[in-house]
Amino acid sequence: MKAARGINSRAHPLWLAYILHRVSGLGLALFLPLHFWVLAMAMTDPARLDGFLNLTDTGIVKLAEFGLVFLLAVHMFGGLRLMALEWLPWTPSQKTLAACATAASFGVAALFFLKAI
Amino acid sequence: MTASPTLKVTIERGPSGAEVFDVPQYDNQTVLDVVSWVQQNVDPTLSYRFACRVGMCGSCAMMVNGVPRWTCRTHISKVLDGNAVTIGPLRNLPVIKDLAVDMDPFFDKWVAAEGIHHGGLTRDDPIAPVDEGSAEREAANAAIECINCSVCYAACDTVAGNPDYLGPAALQRAWTLLNDAKDEGRQTILDAVSGKGGCHNCHSIGSCTAYCPNELDPLAAIAGLKRETAKSFFKRGR
Repeated sequence: MKAARGINSRAHPLWLAYILHRVSGLGLALFLPLHFWVLAMAMTDPARLDGFLNLTDTGIVKLAEFGLVFLLAVHMFGGLRLMALEWLPWTPSQKTLAACATAASFGVAALFFLKAI
Repeated sequence: MTASPTLKVTIERGPSGAEVFDVPQYDNQTVLDVVSWVQQNVDPTLSYRFACRVGMCGSCAMMVNGVPRWTCRTHISKVLDGNAVTIGPLRNLPVIKDLAVDMDPFFDKWVAAEGIHHGGLTRDDPIAPVDEGSAEREAANAAIECINCSVCYAACDTVAGNPDYLGPAALQRAWTLLNDAKDEGRQTILDAVSGKGGCHNCHSIGSCTAYCPNELDPLAAIAGLKRETAKSFFKRGR
């Protein structure tokens, strides 16, 4: 029954990258209205905004912030991946090498940044 | 000779539901062998399609445990779940009966994508030379081994969600012809693949490339069409 309705083993790397990009994009789209609503409080109700900002010290909000930065990073790199995939007429191995070089550079820069702060 | 183990083979048969058959297992048995055994020994009314049995004709593709595969070149031992396997008709195409699907939409889209030769010469002209080493020829050569089996079409989630989408095989053929020095339909092809249902519907999910039995890369071909149609749009406004 199941076989004709859909593919059971979609779990190849490109499909996972696709679904990660979509889900992170949806997550960010849901977050943005909330983000602007809270920011708008700076104009409409500064005292309430301060109350909201105090919330950022709690553990659960810190965890949510980690999730948010993760979504942003995943979506940004997913987008760069997609643009490279579709717009660069390179061979797959060239793209893999370029992605490895970018990831390594990013890792070194992140380490340097963490040491600096 | 010891008694051969038995396979539990579930075959989807359209509105009448699925049927389970006990099939003896042999060495080097393909999925097509299993289907043929059922048809020859248990139920002669089982409908399915095959011709060459060596992976050239592209007529025997089916869903095997939910994955589109060329059944004549797929060993049953590679796809068994325990001793069970589920075989169904190809996804994304209308089922005629049992495991036989109507391939018309697939081939109609092949033509709609202008996957047909656009010649500019007559039989009286000399044969045009082809530079085998050129980048264009290499891009064209990359996909000429397509056997029209429709595995990529069945694997494509974009086709499943958008019946107008031309699909990986048709677009890959369009990309081959776009790069073929003997084909003179460049603008016709670009117009065909940039319209409704064209290459820009592709979400680069990559199931076509992941499941192509001939290890072709329709995803890269469609990316090529996206680049060429975009260039054409910015240069000529279409």
